[in-house]
Amino acid sequence: MMDRKPILRVTAKIFMPFILLFGLYVQIHGDFGPGGGFQAGVIFASSFILYALIYSLHDAKLVLSSVALEIMAAIGVLLFAGTGVVSFFYGENFLNYNALAHDPIHGQHYGILIIELGVGLTVFSAMTLIFYTFAGRGR
Amino acid sequence: MTNLFGVVMLSGIYSLVTALVFVNLDAVDVAFTEAAVGAGLSTVLMLGTLVLTGKEEIKTTRKPWLPLIVCVATGVVLIYGTLDMPKYGDPNAPVHQHVAPRYIDDSEGEVGVPNIVTSVLASYRGFDTLGETTVVFTALIGVLILLTGLRKRDKNELTLEELEEQRKREKEL
Amino acid sequence: MEALDFISPGLYNYWIVIFLMMAGFYIVIARGNLVKKLVGLNIFQTSVFLLYISMGKVQDATAPILGEGFDTFSNPLPHVLILTAIVVGIATTALGLSLVVRIREAYGTIEDKDLLELEDETS
Repeated sequence: MMDRKPILRVTAKIFMPFILLFGLYVQIHGDFGPGGGFQAGVIFASSFILYALIYSLHDAKLVLSSVALEIMAAIGVLLFAGTGVVSFFYGENFLNYNALAHDPIHGQHYGILIIELGVGLTVFSAMTLIFYTFAGRGR
Repeated sequence: MTNLFGVVMLSGIYSLVTALVFVNLDAVDVAFTEAAVGAGLSTVLMLGTLVLTGKEEIKTTRKPWLPLIVCVATGVVLIYGTLDMPKYGDPNAPVHQHVAPRYIDDSEGEVGVPNIVTSVLASYRGFDTLGETTVVFTALIGVLILLTGLRKRDKNELTLEELEEQRKREKEL
Repeated sequence: MEALDFISPGLYNYWIVIFLMMAGFYIVIARGNLVKKLVGLNIFQTSVFLLYISMGKVQDATAPILGEGFDTFSNPLPHVLILTAIVVGIATTALGLSLVVRIREAYGTIEDKDLLELEDETS
């Protein structure tokens, strides 16, 4: 259907890397400015949704299949909960990151980066997969 | 309005305007999320639903008076309830007295992250966020079960058609 | 409560929230289309977000990001709660929409009146 819309196809192709880069920036820069795992996940998901809308669901699934997304969603939650469990082994409370590095401030920094990554992974794969199922239902 | 396409588009615009209001209220993180989620994702999902369910709403013959009276009455009661609330922007309101000053004063020394929202979200209330992430994951599982079903079976298990064929073959023998 | 107090501008944020809340509530109870009901629920949800955020606002304060030259910040706690609530909200909305899709496939309609009639016929 979209074969005859070259403007959309070219624009989408140009925009994709910038959206992904912006998503990464939001993910990693969430400690210093507005942003974080939730927003980055949604931005990442919207870039894949754009790709699937302009090209086709089949093409988007070639880039990232739904099985991979299912696994990524589970890995995100496990990463979050696993970080909490790791602090058990250092004799700290659940999700207390003080023990993750040599001093508490660095530990907190690492902890926040890791769990934001987990949140981002889960939100990204959940949103993309929900879109895949809705879009795949029609045909 | 009976055209659901218009309804969905308007709700997307409404979300974007709400995001602007959030920026004005100093909640930049929330505005960011609302703009990405409300104006982007939820509009796309609702349009995806409309493709599957049809764009037109059947005109209701119902009388609007009873719901209208209920809404107005509830609204009046709620407005009466707000008369005792603290004024907008009041720095002495009870909300600002207990937990928030500690986050604002101590988070730089304890967590060391400039964005207080991130430090509260990921560190002070990490357990809460873990729960929220799990809710998103559970919603995903719910959508997958509802829309794709439990099709992935054991590879050795026979499908219904194969079972029927087997039975036919056994009868022929 | 004096008359002057009643028209004071300090409570407008609550009244806007209540107006939006009742608008969403009206859509949910008065409209029969299930997709429209979900849009109404979304409006209701946004009004609650607005209530929390407007409560966290402090006069002459800035966004809660520490930096040179700022010493008053808005309350960060409502921001955290609402930030997560928005993402959970879209996830639950997606769940509701998939239920609508399944209802449409099973009954052929998403108007609640028709659904009730079909239920009466089958029972």
